[in-house]
Amino acid sequence: MKGLALFAVAFTGALLLYATGDFPDWGSLDSPANGGELSTHYIKEVRKETEVPNIVTAVLADYRGFDTMFETVVVFVAGIAIIAVLRDFGNGSRGYPPALANNLPEEPDLIVTQTCNLVIPVLQIFALYVLAHGHHSPGGGFQGGVMLGASYILIALANGVEAAMKILSERKILLMAATGILIYSGTGLVCLLLGENFLDYHVLSRILPTDPIMARSHAMLFVETGVAFTVTAVMFSIYANLATRGTLKGGL
Amino acid sequence: MEFFEQLIIPKFNYWIYVILMMIGMRAMIAKNNLVKKLIGMAIFQTAIILFYVSIGVKEGANIPILDHHMMPGEIHGGDPVVVAEFANPLPHVLMLTAIVVGVATLGLALAMSQKIYRAYGTLEEDDILSQIKLEPND
Repeated sequence: MKGLALFAVAFTGALLLYATGDFPDWGSLDSPANGGELSTHYIKEVRKETEVPNIVTAVLADYRGFDTMFETVVVFVAGIAIIAVLRDFGNGSRGYPPALANNLPEEPDLIVTQTCNLVIPVLQIFALYVLAHGHHSPGGGFQGGVMLGASYILIALANGVEAAMKILSERKILLMAATGILIYSGTGLVCLLLGENFLDYHVLSRILPTDPIMARSHAMLFVETGVAFTVTAVMFSIYANLATRGTLKGGL
Repeated sequence: MEFFEQLIIPKFNYWIYVILMMIGMRAMIAKNNLVKKLIGMAIFQTAIILFYVSIGVKEGANIPILDHHMMPGEIHGGDPVVVAEFANPLPHVLMLTAIVVGVATLGLALAMSQKIYRAYGTLEEDDILSQIKLEPND
């Protein structure tokens, strides 16, 4: 059986390596991906069309906004599914061998908690910077959201999941994840109501005090904020549910 | 030697991605433990992410973020944008979302394996299969 698996893997690998002979060389400028019309258009026209210097953010939130919206929905659905699969509203001892029962020390370690108290505010401010400055430097909703979620995970690591759950309760997590999707799709819906296509941001200049090009730039910040809400909530929810086996009590 | 110069050195990114991908695939199909299978899946996913990002590389290009003074001529009177100076942004965008979605789906997979452990008391695939086969007779 193991030999068969090795043969299948070696055969597939050999086929893929044989195919690389037809692939473009590393770093070539005229490969189909690099020389194609699409990426050329993005690099050339992004400043004129959206006023956003970070091309990745512009493509993510504007040109491919529909794709990003459903990627966010996938993250949201995965978070909901983890709660549906794992969440245990009982006392948590169901089906586990007794050796795995939690016996944590009563007091969290002083050095760890104090260090985390110093690090967490800086981490959260930096996460908000990464989110809000995503138009001009590497960053955006996904990165900022993951960092913000990591700060709550750090609270849970240092003080226990229950302490972190007091700050960001399960109700707030679900509300936050849903709010993120609502902000994103709501921005698209406002564009629809103003008589343009879904997520066609330039029409927002009618309700924002800016010209159509800057309206696209600002609308990107709205949708990135929505993404950050959902990603923050889901990242923390994944950690809290996995670390406590769905009980949200004790755990790491 | 010619083989090296024509097929390995200019295309080393594909070799790395194929090798990583096959390590992940072997872990997924040959390993017995469900968590080891998930590690294999994560390696597989990383190989695809490396593959996509390496497609977008341009020789001598910078990150795909424009300078603030580099504005298109007809609007701001700045320097025109030279496409060859910026890496291809599209693979970066696709992989940016793929990484976060990958974390979320990996979390879901780990949640499912925790649930399986709760139900069967093991994560070894053959043990689970033998328990499933025994159950109708119980």
